[in-house]
Amino acid sequence: MSEYVIKNGHVFDPVQGIKGDKAEVAIKDGKIVEKAGSGAKVIDAKGMTVMAGAVEIHAHIAGPKVNLGRIYRPEDKLFTCTPTKGMERMGSGNSIPSTFKTGYEYAKMGYTTCMEAAMPPMFSRHVHEEIRDTPIIDEGAFPVFGNNWFVMEYLKNHEVENTAAYIAWMLRATKGYAVKVVNPGGTEAWAWGLNCLTVNDPVPYFDITPAEIVKGLIEANEYLGLPHSMHIHPNNLGNPGCYETTLDTLKLAEGMKANNKFGRESVMHLTHTQFHSYGGTNWGDFESKAKEVTDYVNKNRNITIDTGNVTLDETTTMTADGPFEHHLTGLNHLKWANVDVELETAAGVVPYIYSPNISVCAIQWAIGLEIPLMMKDPMRCYITTDHPNAGPFTRYPRVFKWLMSTKAREEQINAFKHKDKVLTQTSIGSLDREISLYELAQMTRAGPAKSLGLGNMCGGLKPGMDADVAIYNFNPEKPVANPDDIEKAFTRCAFTFKSGVEVVRNGEIVSTGHKRTLWVNAKIKDNPQVVRDINEKFLKYYSMTQANYESLGHHFVPNPFAIEVDAT
Amino acid sequence: MTKIVTDVICPFCGTLCDDLEVAATDDGKKIIEVYNACVIGTEKFLHSQASDRVTRPRLMQADGSYKEISYDEAAEYTAQMMAKAKKPLMYGWSSTNCEAQSMGHEIAELAKACVDNTAAVCHGTTLIAVQDIGLPTCTLGEVKNRADRIVFWGCNPAHAHPRHMSRYSIFPRGFFTGKGHKNRKLVVVDPRPTDTAKMADIHLQVTQGQDYELLNAFRVALKGEWLPDVVAGIPKEKIYEAADILKSGRFGIIFFGMGVTQSLGKNHNIDEAIAVTKDLNDYTKFSIMPMRGHYNVTGSGEVMAWQFGYPYSVDLTRGFARYNPGDTSSIDLLSRGDVDAMFTIGSDPGAHFPFNCVKKISELPSVCIDPHLTPTSGVSKLHVPVAFNGVEAGGSCYRMDNVPIDCRKVVEPPEGMLTDEQFLIMVRDRLKKMKGVA
Amino acid sequence: METITITMKNQPALYLEADCVSPDAFAGMTAAQIAELSVYEGNVTGTLGKYFDVTGSAGTTAADTKIIVRGDVKKVKYLGMKMSAGEMVIEGDADMYVGAWMTGGKILAKGSVDAFAATAMKGGELTIEGNAGNYLGAAYRGDWRGMSGGKISVKGNAGSDIGMYMLGGEIVINGNIDVHVATHAEGGKVVIKGDAKSKVGGQMVEGDIYIFGSIDIMMPGFKPAGEVELEVEGTKGKFAHFIGDMGERHKKKKGQVIYANLYKKI
Repeated sequence: MSEYVIKNGHVFDPVQGIKGDKAEVAIKDGKIVEKAGSGAKVIDAKGMTVMAGAVEIHAHIAGPKVNLGRIYRPEDKLFTCTPTKGMERMGSGNSIPSTFKTGYEYAKMGYTTCMEAAMPPMFSRHVHEEIRDTPIIDEGAFPVFGNNWFVMEYLKNHEVENTAAYIAWMLRATKGYAVKVVNPGGTEAWAWGLNCLTVNDPVPYFDITPAEIVKGLIEANEYLGLPHSMHIHPNNLGNPGCYETTLDTLKLAEGMKANNKFGRESVMHLTHTQFHSYGGTNWGDFESKAKEVTDYVNKNRNITIDTGNVTLDETTTMTADGPFEHHLTGLNHLKWANVDVELETAAGVVPYIYSPNISVCAIQWAIGLEIPLMMKDPMRCYITTDHPNAGPFTRYPRVFKWLMSTKAREEQINAFKHKDKVLTQTSIGSLDREISLYELAQMTRAGPAKSLGLGNMCGGLKPGMDADVAIYNFNPEKPVANPDDIEKAFTRCAFTFKSGVEVVRNGEIVSTGHKRTLWVNAKIKDNPQVVRDINEKFLKYYSMTQANYESLGHHFVPNPFAIEVDAT
Repeated sequence: MTKIVTDVICPFCGTLCDDLEVAATDDGKKIIEVYNACVIGTEKFLHSQASDRVTRPRLMQADGSYKEISYDEAAEYTAQMMAKAKKPLMYGWSSTNCEAQSMGHEIAELAKACVDNTAAVCHGTTLIAVQDIGLPTCTLGEVKNRADRIVFWGCNPAHAHPRHMSRYSIFPRGFFTGKGHKNRKLVVVDPRPTDTAKMADIHLQVTQGQDYELLNAFRVALKGEWLPDVVAGIPKEKIYEAADILKSGRFGIIFFGMGVTQSLGKNHNIDEAIAVTKDLNDYTKFSIMPMRGHYNVTGSGEVMAWQFGYPYSVDLTRGFARYNPGDTSSIDLLSRGDVDAMFTIGSDPGAHFPFNCVKKISELPSVCIDPHLTPTSGVSKLHVPVAFNGVEAGGSCYRMDNVPIDCRKVVEPPEGMLTDEQFLIMVRDRLKKMKGVA
Repeated sequence: METITITMKNQPALYLEADCVSPDAFAGMTAAQIAELSVYEGNVTGTLGKYFDVTGSAGTTAADTKIIVRGDVKKVKYLGMKMSAGEMVIEGDADMYVGAWMTGGKILAKGSVDAFAATAMKGGELTIEGNAGNYLGAAYRGDWRGMSGGKISVKGNAGSDIGMYMLGGEIVINGNIDVHVATHAEGGKVVIKGDAKSKVGGQMVEGDIYIFGSIDIMMPGFKPAGEVELEVEGTKGKFAHFIGDMGERHKKKKGQVIYANLYKKI
């Protein structure tokens, strides 16, 4: 493998505490090393910003609901499909890019590790086929557990050990990465057209509450010592006043401690916090409760969050929160897709236009920015757009611009039709914090890597770590003349390295790299009861046989990277 | 001596039953018996065992006779054809695996071709409707475990999807449906008294071509609004009654087939049926599902969508993907004469397309990749026989509810025969060389 | 206004995609420059000059440019696509997508046009002296934002699916139409002076349809609402009034439910 040495660049690396100093970064055999050999290729990064490859903690980029979005939105690609170009296959899609375009776009922005945030277990083979066709970036996928019949039956009797054994089986069967929870209990209720809007609403038939599911899954997660914490999309997403449910959910983690060998300190990751930080009683008095939510998270160190920034685009919402999407189609009357998955979960898809002329959308935009600006520890707050729910991931550079420049925020606020309402219903106008490049590296690299339990592998530039490096044409020593320069610089990397391979040069793809699928192989004590329960459910209730359920072999996971966990 | 292969997937229809057992000879060369499959599925397996099977590519000569050629020569012919054509059409894909589809798409991209699957003549209209209005649906196990209202509209599973009713829809006992069919109400809408209709609690014998009107009447009836006395040959009282039955269930599903997708109204019929489903969710839980025909037509749509963005009728001729059935769809391309080479795989347009299209295929440079002798292989210049997918080759497939299931290889293909994917790799590699692509 | 004339000289073997033929693309160019614009026959890119003789010159802006299309263009797609101003006269029959996505200007097609003419039109005028194909003034696949402005007039007949997802603007057909008109419409006006077949106004939310001739089968979702005297496109008469689609969702304005209207001449 080639050796490289990146010279003269301004390095921002929270793992080593480097804050923009000129430092050399050496690459050999796919890893960051202290020093490269004399034959190493020199990359001159003079006047540029050097960071580790960015880590995406939550995006919907592969699998059945993403593809349903592609299938049912030809208008999302009209006149914008891109041709074959050098190494690049044809691309398509704005809010839901094709798999090839997804890989290229992330790499061009300097992202090298991405997590698909919701894998319906029964469809894991589909998720992995798409991951296989997404070039360059390492990917993992989170199977959903919050409405799973096994989980609800075990946790009804607080059988944490059985739940853990089942999780371990499922991670292996689906080649999954973490325990994802979406609208716990609410999605099972949705199978009857119902929902759970608080943590105490009973789940129909299963005699359990969302609170019990969440607590039990945290305990099982820590029993196994998985790399990532339980990752949750709480009940009551997107409704005025939902922040109370959010706080009730966060409180379920009180007193819980992380148990793992990966350096992770959190036991709960709250995702797309923006959608869960709403006050008010209706769309008229809709207001921000970002302060209440971030105050709580600031005080409780065992929680990490991501933002879910609204980017003010036409996009496609998609979530395993089936009842929410049904609610949404009732509001905007746009086409509604829903898929209920036997014994496991559901998903819904609805297009959405975040218009700067609608006050609710503008307030959502403000809340998404308030959250990271109010979070004291950037290592516990990560930038996402919950792609494509609040906006496409390709808009990250624009979100960075808004976070890094009060001027950019003011320009946008002044452009809103209902500017006054944005200023009265949120405190965005009074926040003058500007996120620094070092903080940005914490929020997009070191932070999410640590929360995912990958802190020793990626998200930093310390010798021994994977050589994932992003170099931006952005000079931190020069004052920013125009905030749009920030957006431009972060949209296309000067160079991106993935596992030591130069994959992007001057914003163009020059190699499709050696993409890996990350999954977690948790070893547990033999558990005959759980084995029996799984056999029985397949015989009686699944519509396919157990022998055909697993994601196996070269076609689905051609280049696996298993993270081993021993919970025996 | 025999060995039994279990959990075998049936490569016939979109029901993709995965509980078959196949007895094969110990050397893995011959199928002896097929268990659990329906009659059609069993035949699909046994058909591969025919002794008079064509096992080598054949090129049609000027006098109409065939000359056996090697796979190498066949791949060269195919690559040349694809390289020379201004607008080649690559049609079919529904009876092959996703691996082969994916490889075919690489060829399509290199050749700047049109790519289309058999949805073009069956559920393409469903896809258009889904694009217009969405799709509330579910997996088949949800139906088994929860459904107490089943509607079959313009489909006849008793014949077309023989095990559908016993595995998923009418008879199985599931988690919340312990009494099986006793707790299910069955509504069948079909102009004919089919074997499926005979089992129905209510059979609405709709006037041919007026499904759209009847579906509209259902929506009106659900809202309790005024209706004319008779709609599509059905008295309004019966429509109100049927609407009430659907509303009063706990979990319902509409299954629909080509009786509505390809009759007058086409995509609009499905659009309105989806609207009925959506409306019913204001009262209870309801889903809708197309009865997809070919065992992997669904998979073709999935792969095409994640790679190009559209589920069928994709036109890559300008170097990027475009989609507009009516313009980019196979029958329109052929009947308008907007194609100059035809590549068929895993389907039989010769049997299913209008005559003028089949005639057009016979006039064009053409390749047919298919294990069988078909009307299409008969009009194509080159016939490339391949291993039977799902019998002699495994690979990823998608069930009618989009659930992916990996097909199994049960026996070896005849000596020296290639799979679809293997042959397509040969074509792709040659085409890359011709185009000077690394 | 300057005039540029393109005359077919070499017929394509397949169909020709000539989306460059619009006042917007031609504006400010000489005939020689226009002849160099790209057109596409399958996967082969050629020049407009390979297929057409180009004479005259274009105006400095689209608004001062008039294009005359001569010869047999039955196999030419996308004439006048996305045009925003100026004029175009097509002297014979044309293929699909005439005036598709147009936002302004005028197109006069003296012959017939095939499907997808004026797809998602936003403004301007499209006049067709012959017949129009299917999907006239309809939305693009999957889009809920169909024709929102402008006027389409057809002297002959039109096919099926006209005005699908229409939001505004006007379509007037002098002759007969095939099935499905103004499906899913949420605004706009469609006048059919001849006969309609069936599935008229299905899933309509808002908007108006006027039919002078017969309707083979009425949609059950349209409910009789009396008779009215109206003057439509210069014709006065008595019309039976229906409101609908009663199965569809409808907006409320000032407490009143707003239905779509179907007027059938008595």
